Amino acid sequence: MNKPKVVNKRQRAFHEVIKERFQSYLLNHAHGLFSSLGRLTRTPFTSVMTILVLAIAVALAGGFYIVVNNIQQLTGNLESSNQMSLFLKDNVTETAAQKLADQLKQHPSSESVIFITKKQALDEFKLNSGFGEALSALDSNPLPSVIQIQPKNALESDQEMQKLMAEFKQLPQVDFVQVDMQWVERMQTIMLIAKRAVFLVSLLLGFAVTFITGNTIRLELHNRRHEVYISKLVGATQSFIQRPFLYIGFWLGFLSSFLGWLIITLMLLIVRSPVEKLSTLYNSSFQLQFLGFFELIFLLLTASGLAVLGSLGVLHYQLRQLKPQ
Amino acid sequence: MLRLEHVSKRYPDAGEALTDVNFDLAKGEMAFLTGRSGAGKSTLLKLIAMMEQCTRGTIMLDGHNISRISERKIPFLRRNLGLIFQDYKLLEDRTVFDNVALPLIVCGVNHQEVSRRVRASLDKVGLLGKERKYPLALSGGEQQRVGIARAIVSKPKLILADEPTGNLDPELSAEIMYMFEEFKHAGTAILIATHDIELVNQLGYRVITLDKGHLIAS
Repeated sequence: MNKPKVVNKRQRAFHEVIKERFQSYLLNHAHGLFSSLGRLTRTPFTSVMTILVLAIAVALAGGFYIVVNNIQQLTGNLESSNQMSLFLKDNVTETAAQKLADQLKQHPSSESVIFITKKQALDEFKLNSGFGEALSALDSNPLPSVIQIQPKNALESDQEMQKLMAEFKQLPQVDFVQVDMQWVERMQTIMLIAKRAVFLVSLLLGFAVTFITGNTIRLELHNRRHEVYISKLVGATQSFIQRPFLYIGFWLGFLSSFLGWLIITLMLLIVRSPVEKLSTLYNSSFQLQFLGFFELIFLLLTASGLAVLGSLGVLHYQLRQLKPQ
Repeated sequence: MLRLEHVSKRYPDAGEALTDVNFDLAKGEMAFLTGRSGAGKSTLLKLIAMMEQCTRGTIMLDGHNISRISERKIPFLRRNLGLIFQDYKLLEDRTVFDNVALPLIVCGVNHQEVSRRVRASLDKVGLLGKERKYPLALSGGEQQRVGIARAIVSKPKLILADEPTGNLDPELSAEIMYMFEEFKHAGTAILIATHDIELVNQLGYRVITLDKGHLIAS
């Protein structure tokens, strides 16, 4: 009858021990987190220099990203259009042009057709271009009539577009055909290149963050080798010894990415008012984009992660070599 | 507790430092390790403290063969040892309390327990009340007593001391030796390397003598 009680007691004691160990483990981590921050403030000059270098790397990557993002936003509303513009010859009269437009409405491949007369074109141009006064001085209208055709959605492939374009070009009234899609495509390709470039530059700067942090940790380890020896001699495990160094790496990454974010935001604030002025001059509703909340979180996590990774790499190799004498 | 069988240590450039050393140390036994400089005292202690590995032979510590041991197991086995050094090896940027607490923190002992045991340990070496001081604010004798408090705080089975009184005057040295005697009575095995023959003879414990790497008396 007594035996189960003993086991229960033992089990409880065992649980208590586990609980205590876990608590002290957590306490240990909390202590590591804050004492490493304290250690950074003990060598303010070195810490600030390192964090600044890292922050500049972060700001370069993040800044390049946000610039490309803004350009994409600027061109974004054009993306879906694959509208064709048929510019008519100058000698085509308005009635003949209207007749052609009506014919094209019946075309199996056209979804919608808009006819813009010479006068409409000029009025619109006067209104939007800012050359109103100068244009009034002209004695004849230099603009051609235009028929805008929105092809059917089924007409997705490039080949079909080319075929339709060639067909319209054959029409005797048509001077030349322009497809908006062409320059949208070019623009998209340029953006694709820019995005790849952002990725590659970010990758390089990510390596920079990793190696700079790794080197800083290497120096810190060298400065504190005495402490490492003694910890080893009293039975500290590798993970115990490297913990404070990893936290220093984490803080370097975290603080520098936050500072990098501040730098990007500050730069955007500096260019915001001229950009928005330019945007109103072009009659555009473009608004400068900043890094969003999730992008900030991503930046903080990535930079901290890379910094910890760099520290871990250095610690893995260097701690083994530091043997007590 | 500790057993050495045919232990040899050869350094690539300095030749053989220890040759075929055999002895054992029982639980709660206190012994002195003597010999001239370069006789191999420090090498022997380094082998027992797992700071180096022997070239030949076996070293058994509390049932574990520590002569062939993986790097990962060393921290856990070192926790059975209390190490004391001639140059104290204290962390100068930490308080006496933090220095003594280190072996406990490393094992993950909880906060109250650490506090209690550090105080008990400092009490044993007569430094209670100096927890908040930094090592450099203490005298040499006091610093060595901090080192001793750190060595006994985790209640090790074996204490290894390398010239613990090397930097201290005779009076302080004797004081420290009496302290070791007390630990011995508490059941801890103690091996003390020293060349202070006078003190050794005065105390009358077992003496293990090395000469040019050979054990000549045990």
